[in-house]
Amino acid sequence: MSGTETAIVVDEIPVPFKPGQTILEAALEAGVYIPHLCAHPEFAPHGSCKLCTVIVNGRNASACTLKAAAGQEIEVDTPDLHAYRRTLVQMLFVEGNHFCPGCEKSGNCQLQALAYDSEMMTPHFVEFYPHRPVDASHPDVLIDFNRCIQCELCVRASRDVDGKSIFALVGRGMASHIVVNSPSGKLGDTNFSVADKAAHVCPVGAILIKRVGYAVPIGERRYDLEAISEEASRCAGEEVR
Amino acid sequence: MSESAETPALPKVRIATTSLAGCFGCHMSFLDIDERILDLMKIAEFDRSPITDIKHCSPCDIALIEGGVCNAENAHVLREMRANAKILVAIGACAINGGLPAMRNRLDVGDILNEVYRDLDGVQSHVPNDPELPLLFDKVYPVNEVVRVDYFIPGCPPSADAIWKYLNDLILGRMPRLDHSLLHYD
Ligand code: SF4
Ligand code: SF4
Ligand code: FES
Repeated sequence: MSGTETAIVVDEIPVPFKPGQTILEAALEAGVYIPHLCAHPEFAPHGSCKLCTVIVNGRNASACTLKAAAGQEIEVDTPDLHAYRRTLVQMLFVEGNHFCPGCEKSGNCQLQALAYDSEMMTPHFVEFYPHRPVDASHPDVLIDFNRCIQCELCVRASRDVDGKSIFALVGRGMASHIVVNSPSGKLGDTNFSVADKAAHVCPVGAILIKRVGYAVPIGERRYDLEAISEEASRCAGEEVR
Repeated sequence: MSESAETPALPKVRIATTSLAGCFGCHMSFLDIDERILDLMKIAEFDRSPITDIKHCSPCDIALIEGGVCNAENAHVLREMRANAKILVAIGACAINGGLPAMRNRLDVGDILNEVYRDLDGVQSHVPNDPELPLLFDKVYPVNEVVRVDYFIPGCPPSADAIWKYLNDLILGRMPRLDHSLLHYD
Protein backbone atom coordinates (compact mmCIF):
# COMPACT_ATOMS: atom_id res chain seq x y z
CA MET A 1 0.00 0.00 0.00
CA SER A 2 2.91 2.25 0.68
CA GLY A 3 3.66 4.95 -1.82
CA THR A 4 0.26 5.42 -3.45
CA GLU A 5 -0.26 8.63 -1.48
CA THR A 6 2.94 10.11 -2.83
CA ALA A 7 3.17 8.57 -6.29
CA ILE A 8 1.67 9.24 -9.67
CA VAL A 9 1.54 6.70 -12.46
CA VAL A 10 3.25 7.68 -15.68
CA ASP A 11 2.78 5.29 -18.58
CA GLU A 12 2.03 2.59 -16.01
CA ILE A 13 5.25 3.27 -14.09
CA PRO A 14 4.79 4.47 -10.49
CA VAL A 15 6.65 7.75 -10.04
CA PRO A 16 7.12 9.16 -6.54
CA PHE A 17 6.67 12.89 -6.01
CA LYS A 18 7.36 15.41 -3.29
CA PRO A 19 4.61 17.83 -2.29
CA GLY A 20 4.64 20.85 -4.56
CA GLN A 21 6.41 19.15 -7.45
CA THR A 22 4.94 19.37 -10.92
CA ILE A 23 4.32 16.25 -12.96
CA LEU A 24 7.31 17.17 -15.13
CA GLU A 25 9.65 17.61 -12.17
CA ALA A 26 8.62 14.34 -10.58
CA ALA A 27 8.91 12.43 -13.84
CA LEU A 28 12.33 13.83 -14.77
CA GLU A 29 13.66 13.11 -11.32
CA ALA A 30 12.56 9.51 -11.71
CA GLY A 31 14.13 9.27 -15.17
CA VAL A 32 10.80 9.15 -16.97
CA TYR A 33 11.11 11.48 -19.92
CA ILE A 34 8.38 13.98 -20.77
CA PRO A 35 9.27 16.25 -23.72
CA HIS A 36 9.40 19.94 -22.78
CA LEU A 37 10.84 23.13 -24.21
CA CYS A 38 9.87 26.28 -22.31
CA ALA A 39 10.28 24.62 -18.91
CA HIS A 40 13.60 24.89 -17.08
CA PRO A 41 14.33 23.38 -13.65
CA GLU A 42 15.64 26.69 -12.29
CA PHE A 43 12.71 28.86 -13.30
CA ALA A 44 9.01 29.18 -12.62
CA PRO A 45 7.04 27.35 -15.31
CA HIS A 46 5.82 29.34 -18.28
CA GLY A 47 3.39 26.85 -19.80
CA SER A 48 3.53 28.31 -23.30
CA CYS A 49 4.99 25.76 -25.70
CA LYS A 50 2.63 22.89 -24.80
CA LEU A 51 5.23 20.32 -25.81
CA CYS A 52 4.88 18.79 -22.36
CA THR A 53 1.22 18.03 -22.98
CA VAL A 54 0.24 14.73 -21.38
CA ILE A 55 -3.07 13.07 -20.66
CA VAL A 56 -3.93 13.13 -16.97
CA ASN A 57 -6.87 10.91 -16.09
CA GLY A 58 -8.26 11.35 -19.59
CA ARG A 59 -7.67 15.08 -20.00
CA ASN A 60 -4.91 17.03 -21.70
CA ALA A 61 -2.68 19.00 -19.33
CA SER A 62 0.72 20.69 -19.33
CA ALA A 63 3.08 18.56 -17.26
CA CYS A 64 5.26 21.59 -16.47
CA THR A 65 2.48 23.52 -14.75
CA LEU A 66 0.22 20.87 -13.24
CA LYS A 67 1.20 19.78 -9.75
CA ALA A 68 1.58 16.07 -9.19
CA ALA A 69 -1.19 14.63 -7.04
CA ALA A 70 -2.05 11.17 -5.82
CA GLY A 71 -4.40 9.29 -8.10
CA GLN A 72 -3.10 10.78 -11.32
CA GLU A 73 -2.74 8.31 -14.14
CA ILE A 74 -0.71 9.92 -16.87
CA GLU A 75 -0.11 9.03 -20.50
CA VAL A 76 3.01 10.41 -22.18
CA ASP A 77 4.31 8.05 -24.83
CA THR A 78 1.28 7.46 -27.03
CA PRO A 79 1.20 7.65 -30.83
CA ASP A 80 -1.41 10.43 -30.70
CA LEU A 81 0.61 12.60 -28.31
CA HIS A 82 3.72 11.87 -30.34
CA ALA A 83 2.02 13.18 -33.49
CA TYR A 84 0.60 16.15 -31.64
CA ARG A 85 4.04 17.14 -30.34
CA ARG A 86 5.52 16.79 -33.81
CA THR A 87 2.85 19.15 -35.13
CA LEU A 88 3.73 21.72 -32.45
CA VAL A 89 7.40 21.48 -33.36
CA GLN A 90 6.59 21.84 -37.05
CA MET A 91 4.61 25.00 -36.33
CA LEU A 92 7.54 26.43 -34.36
CA PHE A 93 9.85 25.70 -37.30
CA VAL A 94 7.75 27.46 -39.94
CA GLU A 95 6.96 30.43 -37.69
CA GLY A 96 10.63 31.36 -37.50
CA ASN A 97 13.54 31.00 -39.89
CA HIS A 98 15.14 27.74 -38.89
CA PHE A 99 17.95 26.95 -41.32
CA CYS A 100 19.77 24.42 -39.17
CA PRO A 101 22.74 23.95 -41.55
CA GLY A 102 23.66 27.59 -40.97
CA CYS A 103 22.92 27.74 -37.26
CA GLU A 104 25.65 27.68 -34.63
CA LYS A 105 23.32 25.94 -32.21
CA SER A 106 22.71 22.94 -34.45
CA GLY A 107 23.33 19.77 -32.47
CA ASN A 108 22.91 21.60 -29.15
CA CYS A 109 19.43 22.92 -29.85
CA GLN A 110 16.46 21.67 -27.87
CA LEU A 111 13.92 22.51 -30.56
CA GLN A 112 15.92 20.51 -33.07
CA ALA A 113 16.44 17.68 -30.57
CA LEU A 114 12.70 17.48 -29.96
CA ALA A 115 12.14 17.45 -33.71
CA TYR A 116 14.57 14.54 -34.04
CA ASP A 117 12.87 12.79 -31.17
CA SER A 118 9.46 13.11 -32.78
CA GLU A 119 10.91 11.97 -36.14
CA MET A 120 10.06 15.21 -37.92
CA MET A 121 11.12 14.70 -41.54
CA THR A 122 9.71 18.01 -42.78
CA PRO A 123 8.25 21.18 -41.22
CA HIS A 124 5.20 20.30 -43.35
CA PHE A 125 3.37 23.63 -43.09
CA VAL A 126 3.80 26.56 -45.47
CA GLU A 127 6.82 28.58 -44.36
CA PHE A 128 6.20 32.07 -42.97
CA TYR A 129 9.75 33.30 -43.67
CA PRO A 130 9.23 36.21 -41.25
CA HIS A 131 11.45 39.26 -41.39
CA ARG A 132 13.29 39.45 -38.08
CA PRO A 133 16.42 41.46 -37.36
CA VAL A 134 19.73 40.27 -35.96
CA ASP A 135 21.22 42.26 -33.06
CA ALA A 136 25.00 42.01 -33.12
CA SER A 137 25.58 45.24 -31.20
CA HIS A 138 26.88 43.60 -28.02
CA PRO A 139 30.61 42.78 -28.00
CA ASP A 140 30.18 39.26 -26.60
CA VAL A 141 26.66 38.10 -27.39
CA LEU A 142 24.63 37.93 -30.58
CA ILE A 143 20.84 37.73 -30.80
CA ASP A 144 19.33 36.21 -33.93
CA PHE A 145 15.60 36.68 -33.51
CA ASN A 146 14.97 34.54 -36.59
CA ARG A 147 15.29 31.53 -34.31
CA CYS A 148 13.51 32.84 -31.22
CA ILE A 149 10.61 30.67 -30.07
CA GLN A 150 9.42 33.16 -27.44
CA CYS A 151 9.85 30.82 -24.54
CA GLU A 152 10.72 33.78 -22.28
CA LEU A 153 13.58 31.93 -20.61
CA CYS A 154 15.84 34.92 -21.23
CA VAL A 155 13.14 37.18 -19.79
CA ARG A 156 12.83 35.03 -16.68
CA ALA A 157 16.58 34.66 -16.23
CA SER A 158 17.36 38.35 -16.64
CA ARG A 159 14.53 39.41 -14.34
CA ASP A 160 14.64 36.68 -11.68
CA VAL A 161 18.34 35.79 -11.51
CA ASP A 162 20.35 38.66 -12.98
CA GLY A 163 18.02 41.34 -11.61
CA LYS A 164 18.39 43.34 -14.82
CA SER A 165 15.10 42.82 -16.71
CA ILE A 166 16.81 43.31 -20.03
CA PHE A 167 14.29 41.32 -22.07
CA ALA A 168 10.52 41.44 -22.42
CA LEU A 169 7.96 39.82 -24.67
CA VAL A 170 5.68 42.34 -26.41
CA GLY A 171 2.89 42.21 -28.97
CA ARG A 172 0.28 39.57 -29.57
CA GLY A 173 -0.08 36.54 -31.82
CA MET A 174 2.19 36.55 -34.84
CA ALA A 175 3.41 40.03 -33.88
CA SER A 176 4.70 38.97 -30.48
CA HIS A 177 8.44 39.24 -30.14
CA ILE A 178 11.24 39.80 -27.67
CA VAL A 179 12.43 43.37 -27.12
CA VAL A 180 15.55 44.65 -25.42
CA ASN A 181 15.24 47.22 -22.66
CA SER A 182 17.43 50.10 -23.87
CA PRO A 183 16.62 53.42 -25.58
CA SER A 184 17.98 52.13 -28.90
CA GLY A 185 16.48 48.67 -28.40
CA LYS A 186 19.97 47.28 -28.94
CA LEU A 187 21.63 44.81 -26.60
CA GLY A 188 24.91 46.71 -26.87
CA ASP A 189 23.29 49.66 -25.09
CA THR A 190 22.33 47.63 -22.00
CA ASN A 191 24.44 46.41 -19.09
CA PHE A 192 23.97 42.85 -20.32
CA SER A 193 27.02 40.69 -19.68
CA VAL A 194 28.17 37.36 -21.01
CA ALA A 195 28.31 36.25 -17.36
CA ASP A 196 24.55 36.78 -17.00
CA LYS A 197 22.34 33.74 -16.55
CA ALA A 198 20.26 35.08 -19.43
CA ALA A 199 23.20 34.62 -21.79
CA HIS A 200 23.09 30.87 -21.22
CA VAL A 201 19.45 29.78 -21.06
CA CYS A 202 18.23 30.12 -24.63
CA PRO A 203 17.17 26.62 -25.72
CA VAL A 204 17.60 27.48 -29.40
CA GLY A 205 20.10 29.44 -31.49
CA ALA A 206 18.68 32.90 -30.73
CA ILE A 207 21.02 34.11 -27.98
CA LEU A 208 24.54 33.04 -28.90
CA ILE A 209 27.90 33.70 -27.28
CA LYS A 210 30.26 35.13 -29.87
CA ARG A 211 33.51 33.43 -30.93
CA VAL A 212 32.73 29.96 -29.54
CA GLY A 213 30.09 28.82 -32.03
CA TYR A 214 32.11 26.08 -33.65
CA ALA A 215 34.40 25.11 -30.76
CA VAL A 216 32.71 21.70 -30.89
CA PRO A 217 32.32 20.52 -34.49
CA ILE A 218 28.93 19.77 -36.03
CA GLY A 219 28.19 16.07 -35.64
CA GLU A 220 29.92 15.77 -32.26
CA ARG A 221 27.48 17.83 -30.23
CA ARG A 222 25.17 17.04 -27.38
CA TYR A 223 22.15 15.79 -29.30
CA ASP A 224 24.24 14.39 -32.13
CA LEU A 225 25.61 11.89 -29.64
CA GLU A 226 22.46 11.09 -27.73
CA ALA A 227 18.75 11.64 -28.26
CA ILE A 228 17.26 14.19 -25.84
CA SER A 229 14.92 11.55 -24.41
CA GLU A 230 17.75 9.11 -23.80
CA GLU A 231 19.85 11.79 -22.14
CA ALA A 232 16.99 12.68 -19.80
CA SER A 233 16.51 9.06 -18.78
CA ARG A 234 20.22 8.52 -18.25
CA CYS A 235 20.65 11.70 -16.20
CA ALA A 236 17.59 11.09 -14.02
CA GLY A 237 17.54 13.44 -11.06
CA GLU A 238 20.49 15.50 -12.25
CA GLU A 239 19.90 18.96 -13.54
CA VAL A 240 20.50 18.39 -17.22
CA ARG A 241 20.18 21.36 -19.56
CA MET B 1 19.00 -24.44 -58.08
CA SER B 2 19.18 -21.58 -60.45
CA GLU B 3 16.79 -18.86 -59.36
CA SER B 4 16.98 -16.98 -62.60
CA ALA B 5 15.69 -19.98 -64.50
CA GLU B 6 12.48 -19.99 -62.50
CA THR B 7 11.85 -16.39 -61.56
CA PRO B 8 11.64 -14.04 -64.49
CA ALA B 9 13.88 -11.03 -63.82
CA LEU B 10 11.91 -8.26 -62.14
CA PRO B 11 11.78 -5.03 -64.09
CA LYS B 12 14.38 -2.63 -62.78
CA VAL B 13 13.38 0.15 -60.43
CA ARG B 14 13.66 3.39 -62.41
CA ILE B 15 15.10 6.31 -60.45
CA ALA B 16 15.19 9.91 -61.64
CA THR B 17 17.15 12.61 -59.83
CA THR B 18 17.60 16.34 -60.20
CA SER B 19 19.19 19.29 -58.45
CA LEU B 20 17.01 22.40 -58.52
CA ALA B 21 18.11 25.34 -56.32
CA GLY B 22 20.64 23.17 -54.55
CA CYS B 23 24.42 22.89 -54.53
CA PHE B 24 24.66 19.30 -55.80
CA GLY B 25 25.80 18.35 -52.30
CA CYS B 26 22.94 15.88 -51.95
CA HIS B 27 23.95 14.22 -55.21
CA MET B 28 27.55 14.08 -54.03
CA SER B 29 26.36 12.49 -50.79
CA PHE B 30 24.29 10.01 -52.81
CA LEU B 31 27.45 9.06 -54.72
CA ASP B 32 29.15 8.60 -51.36
CA ILE B 33 27.30 5.27 -51.14
CA ASP B 34 30.46 4.26 -53.05
CA GLU B 35 30.57 0.65 -54.20
CA ARG B 36 27.03 0.07 -52.98
CA ILE B 37 25.96 1.75 -56.22
CA LEU B 38 26.92 -1.52 -57.95
CA ASP B 39 24.36 -3.36 -55.82
CA LEU B 40 21.85 -0.67 -56.59
CA MET B 41 22.47 -0.98 -60.31
CA LYS B 42 21.61 -4.69 -60.15
CA ILE B 43 18.03 -3.80 -59.31
CA ALA B 44 17.71 -0.19 -60.46
CA GLU B 45 18.47 2.07 -63.38
CA PHE B 46 18.60 5.83 -63.76
CA ASP B 47 16.17 7.91 -65.73
CA ARG B 48 16.69 11.67 -65.99
CA SER B 49 19.62 12.51 -63.74
CA PRO B 50 22.92 14.38 -63.81
CA ILE B 51 24.40 10.88 -63.68
CA THR B 52 22.90 9.90 -67.07
CA ASP B 53 22.58 13.38 -68.53
CA ILE B 54 19.11 12.45 -69.80
CA LYS B 55 17.32 15.80 -70.07
CA HIS B 56 13.68 14.84 -69.69
CA CYS B 57 11.96 12.52 -67.30
CA SER B 58 9.97 9.51 -68.47
CA PRO B 59 7.72 7.34 -66.30
CA CYS B 60 9.72 6.16 -63.31
CA ASP B 61 9.33 4.70 -59.84
CA ILE B 62 11.26 7.10 -57.63
CA ALA B 63 12.23 10.74 -58.19
CA LEU B 64 14.79 12.29 -55.86
CA ILE B 65 14.56 16.08 -55.77
CA GLU B 66 17.46 18.10 -54.41
CA GLY B 67 17.09 21.85 -53.92
CA GLY B 68 14.18 24.26 -53.61
CA VAL B 69 12.35 26.04 -56.40
CA CYS B 70 13.91 29.42 -57.18
CA ASN B 71 13.06 29.97 -60.86
CA ALA B 72 10.68 29.01 -63.66
CA GLU B 73 12.93 26.24 -64.96
CA ASN B 74 13.01 24.61 -61.51
CA ALA B 75 9.21 24.59 -61.48
CA HIS B 76 8.99 23.03 -64.96
CA VAL B 77 11.49 20.31 -64.12
CA LEU B 78 9.81 19.57 -60.81
CA ARG B 79 6.34 19.33 -62.34
CA GLU B 80 7.62 17.04 -65.09
CA MET B 81 9.18 14.77 -62.49
CA ARG B 82 6.06 14.77 -60.33
CA ALA B 83 3.95 13.87 -63.36
CA ASN B 84 6.22 10.91 -64.14
CA ALA B 85 7.21 9.53 -60.76
CA LYS B 86 5.22 7.14 -58.62
CA ILE B 87 7.12 8.26 -55.52
CA LEU B 88 8.63 11.73 -55.19
CA VAL B 89 11.21 12.28 -52.47
CA ALA B 90 12.44 15.71 -51.37
CA ILE B 91 16.04 15.24 -50.35
CA GLY B 92 18.08 17.70 -48.29
CA ALA B 93 17.47 20.93 -46.42
CA CYS B 94 16.95 23.10 -49.53
CA ALA B 95 14.22 20.88 -50.98
CA ILE B 96 12.54 20.69 -47.60
CA ASN B 97 12.49 24.31 -46.40
CA GLY B 98 14.29 26.24 -49.13
CA GLY B 99 17.56 26.02 -47.22
CA LEU B 100 20.20 28.69 -47.42
CA PRO B 101 18.97 30.06 -50.79
CA ALA B 102 15.67 30.86 -49.06
CA MET B 103 17.46 33.29 -46.79
CA ARG B 104 16.83 35.79 -49.60
CA ASN B 105 13.09 35.41 -49.14
CA ARG B 106 12.59 38.43 -46.94
CA LEU B 107 14.27 40.67 -49.53
CA ASP B 108 12.77 42.00 -52.75
CA VAL B 109 14.14 40.03 -55.71
CA GLY B 110 14.42 43.20 -57.84
CA ASP B 111 16.47 44.91 -55.12
CA ILE B 112 18.75 41.89 -54.91
CA LEU B 113 19.38 41.81 -58.67
CA ASN B 114 20.05 45.55 -58.82
CA GLU B 115 22.35 45.36 -55.84
CA VAL B 116 24.37 42.47 -57.22
CA TYR B 117 24.51 43.32 -60.95
CA ARG B 118 23.94 47.06 -61.20
CA ASP B 119 24.79 48.99 -58.05
CA LEU B 120 27.64 47.13 -56.42
CA ASP B 121 30.92 49.03 -56.45
CA GLY B 122 33.11 47.72 -59.22
CA VAL B 123 30.24 45.99 -61.04
CA GLN B 124 28.17 48.83 -62.48
CA SER B 125 26.62 46.73 -65.22
CA HIS B 126 22.99 45.77 -65.80
CA VAL B 127 20.72 42.96 -64.64
CA PRO B 128 21.18 40.07 -67.11
CA ASN B 129 18.06 39.67 -69.25
CA ASP B 130 19.03 37.05 -71.81
CA PRO B 131 15.87 35.11 -72.77
CA GLU B 132 17.84 31.89 -72.21
CA LEU B 133 17.98 32.65 -68.49
CA PRO B 134 15.12 31.23 -66.45
CA LEU B 135 12.96 33.81 -64.71
CA LEU B 136 13.81 34.16 -61.02
CA PHE B 137 10.89 33.74 -58.63
CA ASP B 138 10.06 36.27 -55.93
CA LYS B 139 11.02 33.66 -53.34
CA VAL B 140 12.70 30.30 -53.07
CA TYR B 141 9.96 27.74 -52.42
CA PRO B 142 10.26 24.40 -50.66
CA VAL B 143 9.40 21.53 -53.02
CA ASN B 144 6.24 20.65 -51.08
CA GLU B 145 4.85 24.15 -51.68
CA VAL B 146 4.91 23.48 -55.45
CA VAL B 147 4.02 19.78 -55.88
CA ARG B 148 2.85 16.94 -53.65
CA VAL B 149 5.77 15.24 -51.97
CA ASP B 150 5.61 11.65 -50.74
CA TYR B 151 8.74 11.46 -48.59
CA PHE B 152 11.40 13.71 -47.13
CA ILE B 153 15.04 12.96 -46.28
CA PRO B 154 16.41 15.87 -44.23
CA GLY B 155 20.07 16.78 -43.91
CA CYS B 156 22.55 19.21 -45.40
CA PRO B 157 23.30 16.89 -47.05
CA PRO B 158 21.77 13.69 -45.67
CA SER B 159 24.59 11.20 -45.18
CA ALA B 160 25.19 8.47 -47.73
CA ASP B 161 24.06 5.98 -45.08
CA ALA B 162 20.81 7.87 -44.55
CA ILE B 163 20.10 7.99 -48.28
CA TRP B 164 21.02 4.32 -48.66
CA LYS B 165 18.78 3.26 -45.78
CA TYR B 166 15.86 5.31 -47.03
CA LEU B 167 16.20 4.15 -50.63
CA ASN B 168 16.43 0.53 -49.53
CA ASP B 169 13.31 0.88 -47.43
CA LEU B 170 11.44 2.43 -50.34
CA ILE B 171 12.57 -0.13 -52.90
CA LEU B 172 11.89 -3.07 -50.60
CA GLY B 173 8.46 -1.72 -49.67
CA ARG B 174 9.26 -1.10 -46.01
CA MET B 175 8.03 1.91 -44.07
CA PRO B 176 11.02 4.23 -44.57
CA ARG B 177 12.54 5.39 -41.32
CA LEU B 178 15.76 6.97 -40.10
CA ASP B 179 16.83 6.33 -36.54
CA HIS B 180 18.48 8.99 -34.38
CA SER B 181 21.98 8.37 -35.72
CA LEU B 182 20.89 8.95 -39.33
CA LEU B 183 18.42 11.80 -38.78
CA HIS B 184 20.15 15.19 -39.00
CA TYR B 185 19.13 18.61 -40.25
CA ASP B 186 22.70 19.89 -40.55
S1 SF4 C 1 17.62 27.24 -33.49
FE1 SF4 C 1 17.64 25.00 -33.53
S2 SF4 C 1 15.99 24.45 -34.93
FE2 SF4 C 1 16.46 26.62 -35.25
S3 SF4 C 1 17.95 26.68 -36.92
FE3 SF4 C 1 19.13 26.60 -35.01
S4 SF4 C 1 19.50 24.41 -34.68
FE4 SF4 C 1 17.85 24.55 -36.17
S1 SF4 D 1 15.71 34.57 -27.18
FE1 SF4 D 1 15.89 32.40 -26.64
S2 SF4 D 1 15.43 32.35 -24.44
FE2 SF4 D 1 14.69 34.31 -25.19
S3 SF4 D 1 12.53 33.95 -25.68
FE3 SF4 D 1 13.72 33.66 -27.56
S4 SF4 D 1 14.10 31.46 -27.63
FE4 SF4 D 1 13.51 31.95 -25.51
S1 FES E 1 7.31 22.76 -21.30
FE1 FES E 1 5.31 22.79 -20.55
S2 FES E 1 4.31 24.25 -21.82
FE2 FES E 1 6.42 24.36 -22.46
